[in-house]
Amino acid sequence: MVVLAGVSVIVFGLVHLVPGDPVRLALGTRFSQDTYDALRERSGLDQPLVTQFFDWLGRALSGDLGVSFRSGDTVTSLIAERLPATLTLAFASILVALVIAVPLGTISALRPRSIIDRFATLISQFGISVPEFWMAIVLILVFAGTLGWLPSGGYVPLSEDPLGWLERLVMPAVVTGVVSGSVITRFVRSSVLEALGADHVRTARAKGLPERQVFTWHVLRNALLPLVTVTGVQLAYLLSGVVVVEIVFSWPGLGQLALQSVQARDYPVLQGAILLFAIVFLVINLVVDLLYTAIDPRIRR
Amino acid sequence: MSGQPVLEVEDLRVRLRTPRGPADVVNGLSYTVGAGETVAVVGESGSGKSVSVLALLGLLPSGVATVTGSARLQGEDLLTMRPDRLRQVRGPGAGMVFQDPMTSLNPVLTIGRQVVEGIRAHSDLDKAAARRRAAELLAEVGLPDPEGTLDRYPHELSGGMRQRVIIAIALSNSPALLIADEATTALDVTVQAQIIDLVEKLQAERGTGVIWITHDLGVVAGIADRVLVMYGGRCVEDGTVDDVLENPVHPYTRGLLGALPDLAQPAVDGVVPDLATVPGVPPAPTDLPKGCVFWPRCPVRGDARCETEQPPLTVIGSADVVLPHRAATWCTERTFGAESPGVGRTFGAESPEGGLR
Repeated sequence: MVVLAGVSVIVFGLVHLVPGDPVRLALGTRFSQDTYDALRERSGLDQPLVTQFFDWLGRALSGDLGVSFRSGDTVTSLIAERLPATLTLAFASILVALVIAVPLGTISALRPRSIIDRFATLISQFGISVPEFWMAIVLILVFAGTLGWLPSGGYVPLSEDPLGWLERLVMPAVVTGVVSGSVITRFVRSSVLEALGADHVRTARAKGLPERQVFTWHVLRNALLPLVTVTGVQLAYLLSGVVVVEIVFSWPGLGQLALQSVQARDYPVLQGAILLFAIVFLVINLVVDLLYTAIDPRIRR
Repeated sequence: MSGQPVLEVEDLRVRLRTPRGPADVVNGLSYTVGAGETVAVVGESGSGKSVSVLALLGLLPSGVATVTGSARLQGEDLLTMRPDRLRQVRGPGAGMVFQDPMTSLNPVLTIGRQVVEGIRAHSDLDKAAARRRAAELLAEVGLPDPEGTLDRYPHELSGGMRQRVIIAIALSNSPALLIADEATTALDVTVQAQIIDLVEKLQAERGTGVIWITHDLGVVAGIADRVLVMYGGRCVEDGTVDDVLENPVHPYTRGLLGALPDLAQPAVDGVVPDLATVPGVPPAPTDLPKGCVFWPRCPVRGDARCETEQPPLTVIGSADVVLPHRAATWCTERTFGAESPGVGRTFGAESPEGGLR
């Protein structure tokens, strides 16, 4: 709660520090001073910042994040409209990331300095350093352009067209999934390596346990904790909108919404979006902490 | 102590691949452990004690270690055994207790699980029966409230209690051989005494052969039937406890014994004498001396061959006993009399460099 309060103050301050006048932008090039003043007054922008802040805060607490300067829609409805697309992409990406990272990281750790390990290191280095937009464009060129297998972008809800939903989801999910997956691969590798070298693994072997049991219960089980942490961080990052990928694939997610509202100085929408990102981070951290206590008895009280 | 020995190790050698080249950590170690017998393996850190027993059970990292020689556990060679057979032997054949009870148990699994999985890996007991057996074992190693302990996690137990749990795990399949690798080093002295008593009691009940690795000579005198002194990956002296501790022959053994503080003879004129030490450090296993492994630190160097040739283990005194006293040195004449109690104190002073350190 304290964090949220802090975040809202900072967000509010930063948003208003951005140069540019939303009213001027909203009105276009030709308008009278009267219209300008009226609009300023109606949107509360003539009030001192502190008053504006508490106005906004009061309404936000009751679930009203205000009305967009640009479209006149409520901020909550704008966010709600974008949320399914963002959730879909984020969860699909984290799925792709885990499917790549867990096996690849584990195998690399089991055979350090083998060909697979070197290959995995190379791939993850590649995934971390290659810009997302470049990877996105290459994928579009190959799969949407040359091969023509997949549509180059857009979004349809799952309920309307399941196949179309999947087709449009694949490429953006792969791009963001590869990036997150590269980061997670490295974590998995190092945490499995660390778990492998632990004394208790030797004890487990000395008991005469089958190697698979040793690996599942004494290595993987212990490597789970860092994996949960890094997955949480990655998921939070994905949920707060992967702007570049969303733009390249015309994916109508929250990242795009946030970017558009910055460009239009659409304060209420921007504040709402950032507040939502902050909430997402907090919720994910809470979930990660709860998972910790489930995984590691040392944290339980 | 009669009949077929539980373990016969012959010419055990371990070479490790290290970034600084191959390291010969164990160089031709041979010994036997009889049923109900306790063999103490003593030596400084880095003398190859732990590696030599980890090698027996194939617990060294496979890509790094090359193990040769033979080690017959109840007649079956551990070193050439197929991996699945070796797995079956770990537990019922040989149980192992490790040095650090704080890290030797998995922190995220309950004690019960960790004892039960060891039992179930080698028997057909169902979960409930294995759990009852686990509770019995915990009671046997002297843990209060064994039932409750089963549901606790390692971090909820003290070091001594954890070490009891590890002993219970090692004994859970009634092994013919128990290997205790510095099992009491990390524990405080009273707990150490309890653990030693416990192992002795269980050993007497079950007739288990025990290898007790330690660098604590006090512990050795207390529990061992036989002592094997290791230096530079070799056995430099072995024999019964009485032979080795009372009449040490090898200059290294004498140095070790001389380094024990003598509490019975305290300060002269209010001055507590400095602790005697064996000057120098053990040789690096990547760069062993050409001759006797102890030559670089040896205060005697009584024979010209010492520098160029490794002295073989030869029997000292009578060979007609069950456990002959052997030492790998040429200076059997005990030039500076092991019978004189002052020898330990003056040991360092007679080193070629002159003086302590």
